[in-house]
Amino acid sequence: MPRVTFPHVAESYRSFKMLMEDLGNEVILPPRPSKHTLDLGVRYAPEFACFPVKILLGTYLETCPKGVELIVTSGGVGPCRAGHYAQLHKKILHSLGYPVDIVVFEPPRLYPLDFLHNIQRLNPRRMSYRAIYECVRRAWRKLQALDNVEKLTHKVRPKETIRGATTRTYRRVLEWIDRAYSLVEIEEAERSALEELQKVPQDPNRDVLRVGIVGEVYVLLEPASNLEIEETLGNLGVEVERSLFLTGWTRDNTWAETTEGLTVKEAAMPYLPELLGGHGRDSIGNTVLYAKRGFDGVIQLAPFTCIPEIVARTILPRVSEEHNIPVLTFFLDEQTGKAGMTTRLEAFVDLMRRKKAARRPA
Amino acid sequence: MAARVGIPCSLLYFLYYPTWKTFFNELGAQVIPSGNTTREMLDLGVKEALADACVPIKLYFGHVQVLIGRVDYLFIPRVVCLNRETTYCPKFLGLPDMIRHSFKKIPPLIDVRIDVREGWNALSKAYRQAGLVLGAARGAIALAYRKAMAVERRFFSLLQEGWQPLEAMQILNTAILPRKQKGRLVFAVLGYPYLVHDQYISVGLLGRLKKMGVEVITMENLPPRALYRQNDHLEKRLFWTLGDLVLRAAHYFLRHTRIDGMIHLTAFGCGPDSLVGKFLEMAAHEQQTVPFMSLSIDEHSGEAGIATRLEAFVDMVCRKKEVCL
Repeated sequence: MPRVTFPHVAESYRSFKMLMEDLGNEVILPPRPSKHTLDLGVRYAPEFACFPVKILLGTYLETCPKGVELIVTSGGVGPCRAGHYAQLHKKILHSLGYPVDIVVFEPPRLYPLDFLHNIQRLNPRRMSYRAIYECVRRAWRKLQALDNVEKLTHKVRPKETIRGATTRTYRRVLEWIDRAYSLVEIEEAERSALEELQKVPQDPNRDVLRVGIVGEVYVLLEPASNLEIEETLGNLGVEVERSLFLTGWTRDNTWAETTEGLTVKEAAMPYLPELLGGHGRDSIGNTVLYAKRGFDGVIQLAPFTCIPEIVARTILPRVSEEHNIPVLTFFLDEQTGKAGMTTRLEAFVDLMRRKKAARRPA
Repeated sequence: MAARVGIPCSLLYFLYYPTWKTFFNELGAQVIPSGNTTREMLDLGVKEALADACVPIKLYFGHVQVLIGRVDYLFIPRVVCLNRETTYCPKFLGLPDMIRHSFKKIPPLIDVRIDVREGWNALSKAYRQAGLVLGAARGAIALAYRKAMAVERRFFSLLQEGWQPLEAMQILNTAILPRKQKGRLVFAVLGYPYLVHDQYISVGLLGRLKKMGVEVITMENLPPRALYRQNDHLEKRLFWTLGDLVLRAAHYFLRHTRIDGMIHLTAFGCGPDSLVGKFLEMAAHEQQTVPFMSLSIDEHSGEAGIATRLEAFVDMVCRKKEVCL
């Protein structure tokens, strides 16, 4: 059985693990990125490579000594440099003496044959395409369940009456979804997980601010890379809506573009009519949409030196001015500290509260 | 009165200025370049642009700032793709938007989108749009376009004869060929034209090397076809035209030419270079025949630091060759 690993993206590893094992691979689970992961990544990655590449390299360097033979990751068609990272990682890992190979999933719309070839490499049991499809469907459903449960925590956390109750419940119900295997079980687990989360004691009258989060996909999805910004905001009494989830991102990049994707594109048109790769244009489009939906503020998360997000960041002040919505940007890297981030978030929340109070008739 | 079109002397200026100038002049417009980079422009740019942007972008903001108020139009094309294969860095793609939304008072932009993947006549179409902004007739635009392309061909052939862009521009203007100097060493200087050939931001790198008796070849001096065929030993083609060219040029220099040293000039925080630089380093390590140095510059680069490093590198190469003079 080939030993396989993949990047750690929040809780999604639970779904990928199931899929890889179903196809007949031995999975070596990537650990949650830690200080040690980062140190490894920073040591061997190019200095100005963006934050995700360093975390991913660190993750691989933690799992490779355990005998990983194959790394599964996603590619990209540019011009965002993330599309080259798999190749770069492979070169670096080889130069460090790890004989690993990397399976890179590019958008199947553009490279259908490569896609099928990649699937066959991950399919040592030689299952039929029909059987693979069933496995993928279950994994996909699990991914959706994970996303749905996470979305609910963003709504519940700012209203919880016992500090930390939501997070504790969330950790517990994740295990339920993790254990579910068949489609029926997954749906059942999802339902009871959602119910359990709703049972967290809440204060319905609390005045909650609504903040949209936009930015680059990896630092949005992986809490370890953004220092659990969503949890911090929730504890400050802010309801978070993230513009990106793994399911949505995968859909936009595999099948046809979703209508949501197209609305975002349209909203960004007056400011940035060009696709820059990465999520630069989406950051702008989503900011416009959040403003139109009456959100109290927008937070942009981006890795340090991320080119598309820098372009977006240059344009965002104008969007903020014209749509009257405060925008706060964090450029994240290995130097970012949690205390500094929390202070800035507190100030931002303060500003939004005052703005909201001023708007309300006395 | 003729319309005044401002062209910032940064980024693609070093490759396409003669073309652009000819085109607008033929249409009866007056072309106003922002001139050589100065300390003042850099300071303006640093103040105006985002702190996380790279130096060339900050510098471009400075050049634009200098032109504001002096021109009727600013020519800031959105250059996406010129070779059907690779695109430019995302910052080039968003350039007109970044400029438009960063300055309060700004003359109208001529921000035509140039993407040759759209069709065989995409380039002439883009120029036609630019001409129409100035209110020129279609016939006149077609003529101006043909003339501009002829100048472009002449300019690029001068580059391949071994002249650097700024020298070639002078030759085009004055029609006098300066004398070429033979050096005791030959170095390849790799890097984006807006770093290598901007005398201010590169802290006079080319001039310094020349003074030390080093002849310089850059990627602009290589025939495009040879570069295109050059194998860069990557599994996936690099996305960015200029980064791709730098890497191919490096492999070409290492394999097909006899050079005594190779210098990679890169800007602090340059996105594509974080990859290109690493690949270059690996390629140079594999060959091990040519000494390699990477020089990183930003808005704080001082003369002394660069000079010291260059001297040390040249000394090292000399000693290695035992031709110390």
